[in-house]
Amino acid sequence: MSFGKKDNREHTGRQDVEVDIYERLPVPFGLVRFGVAPDHPEVKNVINTFTQTAQHSRCSFYGNVNVGTDVSVKELQQAYHAVVLSYGAEGNRRMGVPGEDLAGVHAAKDFVGWYNGLPDNRKLHPDLSCETAVILGQGNVALDVARILLSPMDMLKKTDITQPALDLLAESRIRRVLIVGRRGPMQIACTIKEVREMVNLPDTRPEMVAADFKGIAEAVKEVPRPRKRLTELLLKTALDVPTEKEQEKRSKASRVWGFRFFRSPVEVLPAPDLSRAAAIRLAVNRLEGSGEGASAVPTGEVEDVPCGLVISSIGYKSLPIDPLLPFDSRKAIVPNTMGRVQKTAGVYCSGWLKTGPTGVIGTTMNNSFDTARALLEDMDSGALDVSSAKPGSQGVTPLLEKRGVKPVEFSDWEKIDNEEIKRGVAMGKPREKLLSVDEMLHVART
Amino acid sequence: MALVTATRRLVHVTLRESSRRAAVISAASLPTQSRATCLQRGFTTSTQPLRSDNKVTVHFINRDGEKITVKGSPGDSLLDVVIDQDLDFDGFGACEGTLACSTCHLIFEEEVYKQLGPVTDEEMDMLDLAYGLTDTSRLGCQICLTKSLEGMVARVPESVSDIRQSGDGSS
Repeated sequence: MSFGKKDNREHTGRQDVEVDIYERLPVPFGLVRFGVAPDHPEVKNVINTFTQTAQHSRCSFYGNVNVGTDVSVKELQQAYHAVVLSYGAEGNRRMGVPGEDLAGVHAAKDFVGWYNGLPDNRKLHPDLSCETAVILGQGNVALDVARILLSPMDMLKKTDITQPALDLLAESRIRRVLIVGRRGPMQIACTIKEVREMVNLPDTRPEMVAADFKGIAEAVKEVPRPRKRLTELLLKTALDVPTEKEQEKRSKASRVWGFRFFRSPVEVLPAPDLSRAAAIRLAVNRLEGSGEGASAVPTGEVEDVPCGLVISSIGYKSLPIDPLLPFDSRKAIVPNTMGRVQKTAGVYCSGWLKTGPTGVIGTTMNNSFDTARALLEDMDSGALDVSSAKPGSQGVTPLLEKRGVKPVEFSDWEKIDNEEIKRGVAMGKPREKLLSVDEMLHVART
Repeated sequence: MALVTATRRLVHVTLRESSRRAAVISAASLPTQSRATCLQRGFTTSTQPLRSDNKVTVHFINRDGEKITVKGSPGDSLLDVVIDQDLDFDGFGACEGTLACSTCHLIFEEEVYKQLGPVTDEEMDMLDLAYGLTDTSRLGCQICLTKSLEGMVARVPESVSDIRQSGDGSS
């Protein structure tokens, strides 16, 4: 289910395999469409490869089908020799602190979904009238959110960010974004490209706490190159005397961003009328150990940061789709070995559902290739029984019809695609996304 | 050849515009962004029809250890060669040569690596994410063929594999 990653491209040489993809939304591509930031269009080039796969004669796409409610996993197991669960992580980890549900607090997943046109998030209407926004988490998603909050309008308006988001951001009064992490600069989870983008973001200046970098210049000497380069960039940004050109940029900048380290959220504090968030209380940590395995230990001190927007970017989380399938709720993944779901013959998993919600497209793509290889191995060895014929989609579409569910085929998606591009041209953008399932279905059916 | 030249010009002009989509569709499997990199760096290509003496031999070692020998033209990137020659490396070149991934990661011998020229920060930033990074690693979409690289060997390293992941959610 869902089309996030291609797990069958290199095996188109096998004449005997047909693949059907079931996706809840009328549109394919998952996080490549709804997660990748609008100002990172090159990252979405992989859609071209996905499209080639979908257009393969032995591949069919069935959008607008909700596995779990429109058709059960059991019914899919009856219709197909193998079922691959690839539905990712649509939930998010909660901070688990008081005030988390106040107005003004959002999960990064929802904020990103909002500016990327995910139908379920179109009514988010975040309040951007405050001066300071605090983002918890320091992964690439946190940096995407910071960058979208602080990017100049003339950059954003040329992207496929949704028009309602663009309109709201144009009115934003946010001038300061703090990106907060539990641990120190050497444990930061984002990657260097995204940090460089913040450093180079026009009309902004960095503001860090020098004390956070104590001992880092020494510690950085012994680490592998990727971590070293990233840390050196942080050090340079936080501590070095800027060049004349950079100094000029900083003095003219109207917006500020910065990392804050050694801080964990303990409470979101409400405004006097209790209607919304007005500050976040952060526990001050110290680091125990070093490197990737270092842990944050509370010191007992706390610090309150006034802010009107709190975005929690501490991780996505997979949800169970069917009570009969094994699910590890501690790790929030489907228990598996090399993509083979434990204790469930004929069921496999790939992507974030398999390994947890981290990794870039390349990582997840390779993880999916591995699942495909395991599946083909099982076909060849007999571990997966393919001896008797199975009806495939012919066993499923009658059920869907009976239940009043009309799938969207790939050629229908192409109509939606063309409509979005057409609307985008009128706005000077690569596309203007359709924002509701109803609108998507309407275009798909005409 | 005319199509390729025309496409290069189109991409050169419109690289970061929305009409890139038109370029990608009209040149189906050609990594037009990748060729643009070599053009932008001033690697000129012959405007004459391809002749065998204007080709550069490249040996790829695939993930099974097999050697595959192909030819490319000066000005092609190694990603262009992989695509043009239809070499079957899983997931190679996912972002189509735009420095948005590390799937075209290749490893070279010391001597060849030294000839490949300087690495930009932009390339290094993505290379840093590659699995099995070495001191002689580069991204194939940034390596432009020249006659002096005749006979070069490029090894396709292992990509992240499930053998490393135990299914416990750690990556």
